[in-house]
Amino acid sequence: MDIVLKIWRQKDQDSTGKLETYTLEEVNPDMSFLEMLDTLNHNLVKQGERAIEFDHDCREGICGQCGMMIDGIAHGPLKHTTTCQLHMRSFCDGQTIQIEPFRAEAFPVIRDLKVDRSAFDRIIASGGYVSVDTGQAPEANSIPIAHHDAEAAFDAAVCIGCGACVASCKNASASLFTAAKISQMTRLPQGREEAGTRVTRMVRQMESEDFGHCTNTEACEVECPQAISVLHIARMNYEYNRAGIFFNKA
Amino acid sequence: MSRILEVRIPDGPLPEKWSNYKAKARLVSPNNRKKLDVIVVGTGLAGASAAASLAEMGYNVKSFCFQDSPRRAHSVAAQGGVNASKNYRNDGDNVFRFFYDTIKGGDFRSREANVYRLAECSASLIDQAVAQGVPFAREYGGYLRNRSFGGVQVSRTFYARGQTGQQLLLGAYQALMRQVSAKKVTLYARHEMLDLVVIDGRARGIIARNLDTGQTERHAAHAVVLATGGFGKIYYLSTLAMGCNASAIWRAHKKGAFMANPSWTQIHPTCLPQSGAYQSKLTLMSESLRNDGRIWVPLQHDDTRAPGAIPEEERDYYLERKYPSFGNLAPRDIASRAAKEQIDAGKGVGPLKNAVYLDFSKAIGEYGKSTITERYGNLFTMYKKITGIDAYREPMKISPAAHFSMGGLWVDYDLMTSVPGLFAIGEANFSDHGANRLGANSLLQACVDGYFVLPYTLQNYLADEIRTPRFDPDSTPFIEVERAVKAQLQQFTDCRGSKTADEFHRELGRELYDKCGLLRSGEGLRNAIRNIRELREAFRHDLLVPGHTDEVNSELEKAGRVADYMEIAELMCIDALHREESCGAHFREEYQTAEGEARRDDERFCYSAAWQWTGNPSEPVLHKEPLVFETITPTVRSYK
Ligand SMILES: Cc1cc2nc3c(=O)[nH]c(=O)nc-3n(C[C@H](O)[C@H](O)[C@H](O)COP(=O)(O)OP(=O)(O)OC[C@H]3O[C@@H](n4cnc5c(N)ncnc54)[C@H](O)[C@@H]3O)c2cc1C
Ligand code: FES
Repeated sequence: MDIVLKIWRQKDQDSTGKLETYTLEEVNPDMSFLEMLDTLNHNLVKQGERAIEFDHDCREGICGQCGMMIDGIAHGPLKHTTTCQLHMRSFCDGQTIQIEPFRAEAFPVIRDLKVDRSAFDRIIASGGYVSVDTGQAPEANSIPIAHHDAEAAFDAAVCIGCGACVASCKNASASLFTAAKISQMTRLPQGREEAGTRVTRMVRQMESEDFGHCTNTEACEVECPQAISVLHIARMNYEYNRAGIFFNKA
Repeated sequence: MSRILEVRIPDGPLPEKWSNYKAKARLVSPNNRKKLDVIVVGTGLAGASAAASLAEMGYNVKSFCFQDSPRRAHSVAAQGGVNASKNYRNDGDNVFRFFYDTIKGGDFRSREANVYRLAECSASLIDQAVAQGVPFAREYGGYLRNRSFGGVQVSRTFYARGQTGQQLLLGAYQALMRQVSAKKVTLYARHEMLDLVVIDGRARGIIARNLDTGQTERHAAHAVVLATGGFGKIYYLSTLAMGCNASAIWRAHKKGAFMANPSWTQIHPTCLPQSGAYQSKLTLMSESLRNDGRIWVPLQHDDTRAPGAIPEEERDYYLERKYPSFGNLAPRDIASRAAKEQIDAGKGVGPLKNAVYLDFSKAIGEYGKSTITERYGNLFTMYKKITGIDAYREPMKISPAAHFSMGGLWVDYDLMTSVPGLFAIGEANFSDHGANRLGANSLLQACVDGYFVLPYTLQNYLADEIRTPRFDPDSTPFIEVERAVKAQLQQFTDCRGSKTADEFHRELGRELYDKCGLLRSGEGLRNAIRNIRELREAFRHDLLVPGHTDEVNSELEKAGRVADYMEIAELMCIDALHREESCGAHFREEYQTAEGEARRDDERFCYSAAWQWTGNPSEPVLHKEPLVFETITPTVRSYK
């Protein structure tokens, strides 16, 4: 199949970018979306031109490093699928595809389709952990956890930190990302002692970055490659308010 | 000249060695720890766990990774599980059995004392991970669940859905970020280590390139830890992430660290086959599929019928035929080799005839579709996503792919390389897996190295360093190494040849896979060495890297990695050529039994081969570490 690509090119954070048009012929439908971009880059490099920079690593849908807006949708048209797991059979011959970086003030563009998502790391650093040093752990089976609690914690723990939730939110809110970690931890007995400080600090850190607020449009859940539920946001809000009432500290 | 390597295994009977070591290891007092700096390169399970643990102890840690967040290290990709001998199932598991399974799985080519320590520390890892909140699978009563994994008779594998690596890594990453927030760790994401700085024979720092700005940076410390993972990506097509590389360990090798058994690579039997020339990586399908899937090829050559149209009597279930007692669950090296034999014999299936079938029809018939969905639903979905094929109706197509580096930097019992002050942990070192790694043992090794071993052994080393003042990264030794790094980068962009780094990499990968992959022969390896030398020459003159060194430039990053692969590939072939025996993943066609099984030669080759860099990639010097088995007796590893 032949396709037309309109791709965002931007030299660095301070430059203004623009969409450039490229055509690619004989695209194999079994190619992954990123392999399609590899092919385009190969052609560009062969002509001595700069390759289009984009983030990726595992190409298995698990590291969360890839991600771009494809025709306005984070990670493209296939539901609950990362960009690297999207294949060209999801597109048609002759189609024009527009590719842009994840757009959010908190995710500045580094070059072309690469963005800086280090705000996520700072949110985790503010409290997304159990404060246990190496060597302090008790015997594992001394902390039994009911099967359904473990599974529910897991449903939140599956977040890969790609940032699609932020990119699809009209407010560029990081609520789903932050809530997933808080919700995972409140489901488990480990680290319960610090639940109040954790939620307070993480929410404050989230608010101090350039993310917007959640207005419950729920777009994030629709585009999340791991289909993480927005109900975790409700839980985060509950925990946050509870911490305000009962702990009122941190 | 060859010398016997100093391994420094502690005294005492095997089960007491590690306790004896810990009892005698030197300590650094808490107020002195804050005067000492440690660089940890890598934030996978090994690097993140080490950096977090060292920071908790009070050392100042600088942590580096090339991804944009430490949480994305390739440890995330591990699906299957992590082994630990907890004996929760009361099925006769214990530390000795774990140790023995691992030594045997490695075809008696690993060091007894290290493997025993791995088994001994395994139980604590599960405690640690659970305390961090890692959501392992649970029974309804709330206790931890186990399953069994290839090559052993007990159930000692802990797992977290299909995301064991991801969940363990998040635990370690969160511990690391906690120390970032405590200001004991400084994080350098999107930084690639490009060289090691050695002063007066000791590792004192690194040169790293900031991948966002293109600037090189000099970083000094009292010790350097490499936790940079495996280099299976050298084969181009592999189950590794796109950025996985050998550059950190190879450049340390060129500064004096020996490389051990570099050619021992595990080729995983159940990966998705290559579908076209554009292919960038091969996805691993969990090995657990072999519990219910049957592997077969058509009996006829070049059979183009659809799988469903091939009657039962015209199929060859070759693993069940050749290995009746293990059947489809034969160990990885054996299953991979058998698949290659069928493919090479022209019986491969799929458009490129490069795959074999993994068929679930019998299991679906026996247990019903819903049971199979419950067991493997997510894998069937993933298969469909990638191939567009519904594996409930039609067999999967699988083929072998490069997966895990048993070889790596040589380390002593302390996990220190042959350069004092330079340590290597996780997949980057060569230590515990011998010539073949058992499934679910390497997440364990990465974690044990980082959480439980290095904090003792590195401290033992640092005890001598408390009077060493901080090194000045602006001093001549640092500036000189940085200059050489910059010159090489400049050379890549100035070359303006006609071939991209990927083109060179693909060619190199094909050569290695054919001649230094599943099957090796003296003739093939000699031939590969000639071809690699030519390719390396061509790379020097004909590389094309557009753009500049002082900006984001992924083509430049690739060029540096491929330059190192060009040299390490030759060493792999030299290593494989010198070892005139077959063991584990290393199968030399000349050294097999009448039934076509590996023939080990304990008389001549019961050692680890540690190679020293001499300045010429074609002339490494070999040092031997004899493997002394005091507790067990090597036997023939048979799965018939
Ligand atoms: C698909 C797949 C499935 C697997 N499944 C299992 C399993 O089920 N069970 C099991 O036990 N094992 C499994 N393994 C093996 C296991 O995952 C790895 O051996 C282990 O995770 C390696 O951990 P590590 O910390 O040594 O390296 P990695 O996790 O690979 O981390 C390497 C780190 O080094 C950094 N780095 C590398 N080079 C540089 C450089 N030059 N400069 C700066 N930073 C650098 C990277 O950024 C990264 O942070 C699997 C492996 C793969 C590929
Ligand atoms: S590249 Fe890792 S999730 Fe897409």
